[in-house]
Amino acid sequence: MYKLKFNEKVCATCPSSDCLLKCQYMTFSGHKEAHAEIMKIILGKDSRVLHECVTCYACEEYCKRGNHPFYLISERREEKGMFTAARPITNQWINMTEMQGKCLVGDVKDKALSCCYIPELGALGTGEIFKDIAMAGTFGAEFMCPAVHTHFAKMSVIKERLPVVIDNFRRLGVKEVICLHDECYGTFTSIASAYGMEVPFKPVYYMDFLLQRMKELKGKIKPLNITVAYQRPCSNRLIPDKLPLVKKILNLIGVKMPKRTYQDENCLCCGEVIRSVAGYKLADDVQKRNINDMLETGAEYCMFNCPACQIALSEKVSKRGLKPIHIIDLCKMAIGEKEREVA
Amino acid sequence: MSEILKSLIDIVGERGVSNAPEELWFYSRDPGVLEPHKPDYVVLPKTTGQVQKIVQLANREKIPVVPMGNGMALTGLVIPLKGGIVMDMKRMNKILEVNEKARYVVMEGGTSQGVLKAYLQENYPNLRHSIPDAPPSTTIAANVALHGQGRLTNQYGFNSDMVTGMEVVLPTGEICLIGSPSLGPYWFSKGPTLPDLSGLFLGWLGATGIITKLGLRLYPNKKIRDVELFVTDRVELVPEILYKLSHLEMLEDVNVWFQPKPLVFSGNFHVTIFFTGDTEEEIEFKRKMIWDALQEFIDSKDGGFMGVQYMKNMLLEMPGRGIADFADVPKGGGFEYSGPITIIEHYPQYAAKVIELAKKYDVLYASAARLIHGGHCMMFSISFAFNRNNPAMMQRVKEALDEAMAFALEMGGIPWKPNFAEQKMALEKMDPAARKLLKMIKNNLDPQGIMNPGNWEVN
Amino acid sequence: MAYLRNLEHGDIVHRCFRCGYCKFPADYSDFNCPSYKAFGWDTFAPGGRMWLIRAWLSGEIETSPRFVEIMYSCVACDNCKNQCVFPKFKDFLPDVFQEAKAELVSDGLIPPSVRDYFKAIAISGNPYKLPQAQRGKWAEGTGLQKYSNQEYLFYAGCVGSYDEVGQKMAKSVGDLLVKANVSIGILGDEETCDGNEVRILGEMGLFNELAQVNIEKFKKMGVKKIITLDPHALNTFKNDYPKLGASFKISHYTEIFADLIKKKKIKFKKYPAKITYHDPCYLGRHNQIYNPPREILRAIPGVELVEMRRHSLNSFCCGGGGGNFFTDILGTGEDSAGRVRVREALETGANIIAVACPTCAKMLTDAVKMENLEDKLEVLGIAEIMARTQK
Repeated sequence: MYKLKFNEKVCATCPSSDCLLKCQYMTFSGHKEAHAEIMKIILGKDSRVLHECVTCYACEEYCKRGNHPFYLISERREEKGMFTAARPITNQWINMTEMQGKCLVGDVKDKALSCCYIPELGALGTGEIFKDIAMAGTFGAEFMCPAVHTHFAKMSVIKERLPVVIDNFRRLGVKEVICLHDECYGTFTSIASAYGMEVPFKPVYYMDFLLQRMKELKGKIKPLNITVAYQRPCSNRLIPDKLPLVKKILNLIGVKMPKRTYQDENCLCCGEVIRSVAGYKLADDVQKRNINDMLETGAEYCMFNCPACQIALSEKVSKRGLKPIHIIDLCKMAIGEKEREVA
Repeated sequence: MSEILKSLIDIVGERGVSNAPEELWFYSRDPGVLEPHKPDYVVLPKTTGQVQKIVQLANREKIPVVPMGNGMALTGLVIPLKGGIVMDMKRMNKILEVNEKARYVVMEGGTSQGVLKAYLQENYPNLRHSIPDAPPSTTIAANVALHGQGRLTNQYGFNSDMVTGMEVVLPTGEICLIGSPSLGPYWFSKGPTLPDLSGLFLGWLGATGIITKLGLRLYPNKKIRDVELFVTDRVELVPEILYKLSHLEMLEDVNVWFQPKPLVFSGNFHVTIFFTGDTEEEIEFKRKMIWDALQEFIDSKDGGFMGVQYMKNMLLEMPGRGIADFADVPKGGGFEYSGPITIIEHYPQYAAKVIELAKKYDVLYASAARLIHGGHCMMFSISFAFNRNNPAMMQRVKEALDEAMAFALEMGGIPWKPNFAEQKMALEKMDPAARKLLKMIKNNLDPQGIMNPGNWEVN
Repeated sequence: MAYLRNLEHGDIVHRCFRCGYCKFPADYSDFNCPSYKAFGWDTFAPGGRMWLIRAWLSGEIETSPRFVEIMYSCVACDNCKNQCVFPKFKDFLPDVFQEAKAELVSDGLIPPSVRDYFKAIAISGNPYKLPQAQRGKWAEGTGLQKYSNQEYLFYAGCVGSYDEVGQKMAKSVGDLLVKANVSIGILGDEETCDGNEVRILGEMGLFNELAQVNIEKFKKMGVKKIITLDPHALNTFKNDYPKLGASFKISHYTEIFADLIKKKKIKFKKYPAKITYHDPCYLGRHNQIYNPPREILRAIPGVELVEMRRHSLNSFCCGGGGGNFFTDILGTGEDSAGRVRVREALETGANIIAVACPTCAKMLTDAVKMENLEDKLEVLGIAEIMARTQK
């Protein structure tokens, strides 16, 4: 029913092919080769990209023409019956996120605070910062953004479930949904529009909300005077215009984020999906380079924006002497609501 | 007051014997599906001497004696089929000696798994024992008496293989030392290189004597334990997966399990792979070896490793507290399983049987298999949950388990801790000469037929 | 299955697997259920009780003195609730036991010692059958005033008011609170029983009466904040009284002292001692207050605080709960809770067992005597230790 709104001509006339040329995992000899590969994909032919892409989402950001190269790769993979991770793992993800009528809906009026289907988000969206919205939480598969299935080349699952999720929110009568996760916000903006799905509410990115609240709570802020390295999640690549919010929030709470090699467009994903999709050697290599880079900045904390990254890397960064913490928890520390993390 | 009650009070004191309706009701049953049978008395001995006197009395008066640990075998082995005296061994729970260099522990016959674990953690953190997933209140002696398995079974065999000596009270009342303790003060062998008398008591389910002291092997306790979880949806690949894993000779434990709910597990077979090490290097090396061993299945997309961070603490717990959860799935406080021992090649057929039986008898299923001694065989458990307030459901579970046992015997498997009916099925199928030998041993050890009668009875 | 009588939480009794996790603490080091430890029968363990209650509710066994003894041997320490591995109903285990006892009370089939306990409270207002007029005598010499709109009401409870060991504790606490200039008053001979044990033992009629009397009295006197000596009182004021219309802020005296120490309002002289702290069930496990007593002890220079193997959530009950302090159903044998506990304390090498509950104080003091450890171990209330450092 829903088709990817993809414009062949945009890729055909692209002078950069940055989507592939900038890829951190595949090397191409130049524009000619990269362009040829993207055209193969467009035409439904086999391409090395379909076998080698590790699903890091970066090309969604590298493409400045909004032509959704990663969604296209996933579509073509599914058309060809290809699996990225093993088939049983792919199916496991589909099964465990199935809607079972067991969701939790708080006192939702015109705003909802979406915790997706991630319990950690429920714990984050609490306290002074969220006091006016925490009671309007939603949690469950019925409200889960199905973006994760892009990693497993199951766009059909997204096309089937996303309209239902959007409708579930619509039926609550909300005007705004504050998304505590980049993936949710990215789904309601990037993915929904890529498939021509109407979203009858305003998705609000949690960092916009967080920045606003921290400004309101300015009087309570005691600058933390710490340095962090930022673990930018893959899903932030779907919403790159929101990246500058991180620095704005950190400036308010007295946190420094020294420059590092793997930052912004060159950031490295947490590596856990890579482990399933491309093997442990590559995943270990990515994680090692990433953490070494963090340590080189002299950072005390590894700051997360995504619970999945946090689960993947917390133990590993702790072992190397970095304290893992979510940006929301840093804000809570700044207003004295949370004790300083002890390594 | 009866003479017998008076005699028992003389032996164990007033607080050591009961024939009150409450104790008789409770000790007449176990948490499984079998019918209860009331004992006449329940006793709590504290010493070997007391156990001996009770058995001597039982012989004189021809009263059955049924020793018990915590009754969690679930197959009715502690149910006094012919009444008599149930002997709750759990007051005899002292740890007597640990020989650190020889790596063995000597303890009383009612010592619980949990107490040994805690004792070692506190006093000998370099040593551990092969702890089963049964609740920590279960006793070590009962576990070995029925050839139980534990976390180290994949490396070292059945938990009964780890026995290093015993003190047994024979059905005729003699106290007998078995193995190296019969010749000297060290408890390092249950039999070899003498004629191995331990086989007269291990696997006999309490029908040939009461274990009052037990020696048990201890093993190195490494600093780090880790786990990987491999998932496939093709059951026919499981034997090959297990074969490749066991070739590594570096795994602590391998379990294979499947269950329909929660949905995250639906349709897949899960191989939990435990490994240990003293350094991060050792752990990472083993992890790589494990991943490499299964590379062909990863390449064909037939199998993959699942992220375990959410489940890690639960998987690494010893004993696994979550296992009992299955009992509450039908909100009814019960499950029972048949756990025949078989070869790993038969995994697909057993797996198919579980699903078939669950459908046929309309019961909730789960299954977990464990490699024994590097895969020479495995324990395959066929487990059904029931609601204790639903007798019809309990009956269906019983019938499903009986059919499971029949299937296992047909496939050439052997029963593990069989209930009395399953014992009969096994005896019927058994080689006649073996059956005759079994009968000869039982009759000679227990001429009055008082030790857990109804069990391993050849007619 | 239809039962012969209904318990509010009767729908969970058949779900117990009698697996025995409830018998242990989290590290399985020893049996942590006092009745099971003392008697040895599985019937005296929580799983046994659950199974027997199921048999009783379905008519398979009848009420008998033995059944009643088994029910009343529970010391209500809540260890089972914390260790049970069934998340969907573990929290209701103590409710099942309490409801079964309430049924036995309705039937009039309770142990004589329990009946005497109820009678004494109903008639004399306290389990000691001592005159109400003597209730406030413990406070003589402390400087404590009668309550009259001070910030806090200091509630001593029956044990603190009438028992010798309890009185020592009440005195030391009252004394220190006065010296620290805390605005407190006591009810003295107007104080009446809080009813915590009465409720646990199943006499709901008497409990409701006691609670209502207290709630009305406190409201009338304008009480807003209460400091309790006894964690048993803290428990019922905090958890049961609100359902009957109370809304007071309840603190235990150790919380108040810990706070004063943080604010540097109490200072200590050096006091070299090796101390182990025994968590009272009603302060620790029931109400999750573990730190304040420890903070107090750590603040005293010279004190070395050592933990028993079973502490905090895994603490082993002194055996005084569930009315056993008065009914003595567990007895005083080698495996009785108090004696087991002081042996455990001895293993730490400590010379003082610090307690924060008058019931624990008395139970452990007696146990030290029975174990012949008077020259090795002293049982002292937290405030008594603090008092020693003020000299």
